[in-house]
Amino acid sequence: MDIARSGWRTAASLPMAGRVGLFFVLLWLAIALFGPSLAPHDVGAVVSPDVFAPLSAAYPLGTDYLGRDMLSRILYAGRFTIGLALVAALAASVTGTTLALIAATAGGWVDEVTSRLMDAFISIPSKMLALVMVAAFGSSVGLLILTAALSYTPGAFRIARSLAVNVKTLEYVQAARARGERLAYIAGVEILPNMVNPMLADFGLRFVFVVLLLSGMSFLGLGVQPPDADLGSLVRENIGGLFEGAPAVVMPAIAIATLTVSVNLLIDALSGRATRASES
Amino acid sequence: MAEKALAARLILHRVGLGVLTLLIVSAVIFTITNLLPGDAAQEALGQSATAETVAALRAQYGLDKPAPVRYASWLSGLATGNLGQSFTASMPVRDLIATRLPKSLLLAAVTAAVSVPIALAMGILAAMWRGGALDRVLSLATISMVAVPEFLVATIAVLVFAVKLRWFPALSNAVDIRDAGQFVRTYAMPVLTLCFVVIAQMARMTRAAVIDQLGASYVEMAVLKGAKPARVALRHALPNAIGPIANAVALSLSYLLGGVVIVETIFNYPGLASLMVDAVTNRDMPVVQACAMIFCFAYLLLVLAADLVAILSNPRLRHR
Amino acid sequence: MEPLVQVEGLRVVVRKDGRDVPIVKDVSFAIPKGEVLALIGESGSGKTTIALTMLGYARRGCRIAAGSIRIGDTKVLALTPEQQYALRGRKVSYIAQSAAAAFNPVKTIMDQVVEGAMIHGTASRAAAEAKAVELFAALALPDPRGIGARYPHQVSGGQLQRLMAAMALITDPELVVLDEPTTALDVTTQIEVLRAFRKVVRERGTTAVYVSHDLAVVAQMADQILVLSDGEMREVGATADILERPTHPYTRSLLAAAAPQLRAGTATAAGTPLLEIRGLVAGYGRVDASGLPEKRILNDIDLTIARGRTVGVIGESGSGKTTLARVVAGLVPAARGTVLFDGKPLPTNLKARTREQFRRIQIVFQNADTVLNPAHTIERILARPLAFYHGMRGDEARKRIAELLDLVKMPAALAARRPAELSGGQKQRVNLARALAANPDLILCDEVTSALDTVVAAAILDLLAELRRELGVSYMFISHDISTVRAVCDEVVVLYSGCKVDSGSRAAITAPPFHPYADLLISSVPELRTGWLDGVPVRTVAAKKPAREGLCTFLDRCPVAIDGVCDREAPPRRALPGGKEILCHHTSSELEQLQAVDTSRPAPRQVA
Repeated sequence: MDIARSGWRTAASLPMAGRVGLFFVLLWLAIALFGPSLAPHDVGAVVSPDVFAPLSAAYPLGTDYLGRDMLSRILYAGRFTIGLALVAALAASVTGTTLALIAATAGGWVDEVTSRLMDAFISIPSKMLALVMVAAFGSSVGLLILTAALSYTPGAFRIARSLAVNVKTLEYVQAARARGERLAYIAGVEILPNMVNPMLADFGLRFVFVVLLLSGMSFLGLGVQPPDADLGSLVRENIGGLFEGAPAVVMPAIAIATLTVSVNLLIDALSGRATRASES
Repeated sequence: MAEKALAARLILHRVGLGVLTLLIVSAVIFTITNLLPGDAAQEALGQSATAETVAALRAQYGLDKPAPVRYASWLSGLATGNLGQSFTASMPVRDLIATRLPKSLLLAAVTAAVSVPIALAMGILAAMWRGGALDRVLSLATISMVAVPEFLVATIAVLVFAVKLRWFPALSNAVDIRDAGQFVRTYAMPVLTLCFVVIAQMARMTRAAVIDQLGASYVEMAVLKGAKPARVALRHALPNAIGPIANAVALSLSYLLGGVVIVETIFNYPGLASLMVDAVTNRDMPVVQACAMIFCFAYLLLVLAADLVAILSNPRLRHR
Repeated sequence: MEPLVQVEGLRVVVRKDGRDVPIVKDVSFAIPKGEVLALIGESGSGKTTIALTMLGYARRGCRIAAGSIRIGDTKVLALTPEQQYALRGRKVSYIAQSAAAAFNPVKTIMDQVVEGAMIHGTASRAAAEAKAVELFAALALPDPRGIGARYPHQVSGGQLQRLMAAMALITDPELVVLDEPTTALDVTTQIEVLRAFRKVVRERGTTAVYVSHDLAVVAQMADQILVLSDGEMREVGATADILERPTHPYTRSLLAAAAPQLRAGTATAAGTPLLEIRGLVAGYGRVDASGLPEKRILNDIDLTIARGRTVGVIGESGSGKTTLARVVAGLVPAARGTVLFDGKPLPTNLKARTREQFRRIQIVFQNADTVLNPAHTIERILARPLAFYHGMRGDEARKRIAELLDLVKMPAALAARRPAELSGGQKQRVNLARALAANPDLILCDEVTSALDTVVAAAILDLLAELRRELGVSYMFISHDISTVRAVCDEVVVLYSGCKVDSGSRAAITAPPFHPYADLLISSVPELRTGWLDGVPVRTVAAKKPAREGLCTFLDRCPVAIDGVCDREAPPRRALPGGKEILCHHTSSELEQLQAVDTSRPAPRQVA
């Protein structure tokens, strides 16, 4: 009950942009959970003789290159996109944070080696790494998740490590060391709780990056393969309608944008609030 | 001179680190591309090839040697400019790249030339009038623009400028550009699409860097000496923000190294990234490896340049 | 004659949670031309806020809500923004607390010192630079002609503070505002800066507002004192009146806290000393082939703490006192030397210590804000050592936590709160309670009162003395403030640049003969009376000999260095009568002679 109340209060105190972000995030969350059951038509059914139909009452987001309802296709694909991205982002954040805590508390050569390795991975632009991985291993769903996690773990590592190192110099950590506490205790009980908030914001950013990466790959035909579809592949399969100005091409892309932009707006509003709170 | 030695030592150290990182990157890329038992020679010849032909091709490509040896020879090849032979195009990789690389560089250069001044101006002005209407609008705009997928911008650009307004051609074949007008028409949309995200990213980071400096004590001191906001921002804060701003520019431009993949594909631009996408689709490993190394090298170069600027602009690192 | 500065009914508010909270409430004062008014108060009293309003400036989130400020012919609060730019740095100048932060690191010193003149067009660049060099000389800065070409990081803290004064005076302002200008400096540096300021202020007949929390410093600089607390005026009057005949109870408590009472010592205990340090060498950075660290902080330190006694370690910045505490706590390894705890060797490496050893030595840190984990409640913070060392949990632990809070004079209800909800003094008490939870034999107090207001700090010192009486625990009390150390400790050790230069019982340490550094240190502490500054001997050091490896580290500042001896051999350790021990070439009778000499001329240099 307490959590719900403080959540409501937080939501109410956000600026306009933050509230818009929150609205769309909740909307997408609902789509991810209930999407398919809300779809007016079956995802694979050819329901209209008009391909690339414009917006209408029957087909609110038009029809695709085969005459299937775009709204239904987007609802299904959205769930796919969100599911994949959440798993990958979670993997990246958790792995990055864990490695960072180990590196920061152990120090010495463990820290050096890990940091060098992570620096090397950061030097590989994420799309490049994804392309190389796909070239080597193909485009299965598991591989895509692994690739996305691999691409964005170093970024999470870097941020987490810099937070951990800063916290480590504070006196309450020194006091714990002087008490004789073991490294695992110091990392988990003293340092980690003071890193959680910024890392949650970072998790949101990882999620946005992963969505953009995976949909970009799908757009190139190297991501999610048919019969599965995510939002990026929806854009790809309908690209033929671009010159007719069909909504089928643009709608999935706009869908991605609402997802990523809203997460960004929400995180920005929440961390702005946190900064103001810590300044007062 | 002791002063120069300190900066020089730091610079050498950074360059050394860069080289080390590049080596690790090459090892990572090599490992990934050679991990699967599925063999390139087999792929190239298809299912119907006999065992002898596959073995012969394998020997020709040097695929029968152990991995560390192959890695070493690939690495030395990279250093000398021999990038291997393409599996699908039966051409030296270097020749393939030579036709495409200058095009990618041109696109990147034009984008950088357009985006850097705009982004820096936006970021600095937003920081100077922090909290004002301009700042709030820019903040909102940049947060949103950073999260937008490139193909959305590209498709909307095509819809608006090519289909509805018919100002620019949808495909920029970059063939024979005769005059400036044609140059603009061909490059406008790809550059516009790339700039969209790059400017947003750069402006945000620049604003943050300048605001960070504007909160420092020496800025308050300058205000208390009677300096007006323009003087404070331009003559006090900005010189201290050069390092972080160079970092912002480098990181934002490095986005180009990935984003250009989508743009080159949508606009059918014959650059390095579209070459790489084709190579990935065809499993043409040598091309994939070479392109990846070039992009990574470009990233490291950008970061190194930013570090150099930061070192040279900091008197604490130039003078003891 | 009308006073130059007239302030009436000043009120400043800050925006917090959507409401306006007043931080300065109805303050009024007047300053005649050529006089210095001091604003005295603890942190949060509003003194800096008032100082900034003199320039018509309020920090982010703050707003000047009411009142009037007249400086000469100008009504400061009625100025337009354009006119405000013209006022700041021209009619009214500001000297900030931290010179290191107030100077732009990428511009040269001269650029910044003359910037005021450039902005307001009061002089040409050449004329301004010439004036700056004049001011540098007047402020007793070394190399007045060349210092302007340097960057701020190449110049020491005390010099930077004086350069800031030059920067403030370049436009000949009507009013100078000095905001705690010496608070961040070592006491031996502070005295030079105070002298320089006072000379220049007197010579130019400058009117000034001097903000500080240190009554003794203010007694030397100010003609009038205004006592502030919580944004309200408590008392205002001439300096001598305030110091000798204070009327307001808050002023009285400030004066009482400024002169710490000597707490009763303990009798010497017999038996094995609790802690024995011999020949300690320690530092930071990479360790070279012979085991010595890159950056050596401590050199050949000997220290003994007997059971139940308190030993104070005094030193300024760079003396190594904090490193000493960390070595004993196990946070920094010792490169050479031995540490014996209760007769048995104590490993200085964390990994090699037993839990019992950890338990018996506890360290209490300085910065109350970062010493407690903000994510944990007080109960959790105190429960951890109980569980870790004594295996206490549940009800037993809760009872003990209540006892501990009572021991440090805190209400038991605080256990459910988090550190962010506590004040600085309360956090420090919890810090102490956490150390006591382990039932230690030795508590290392690392500058525990330095970051606190004087009144709060005095209460903590009382607490420490009481705990010692009740529990018989020993302390190593580290500080830079010799009056605090003398008040609480049985014995005192003086560190300079990593060497133990002087030590003795608390009575002996303040009686001659002193080590030359200890002499400088003790005589640099301002006393709570006007005219003290004039009476301090000016110690000139004729030639700066750089201190080389192995020689006396005080060589380049020592006014009584012996040519041909001090710059060739390392000083021997001498035991003096009365239990003192100093590190010096001079014998005790020589020092007594030198230090009894009176003050108007510099001490004679001796040639061996």
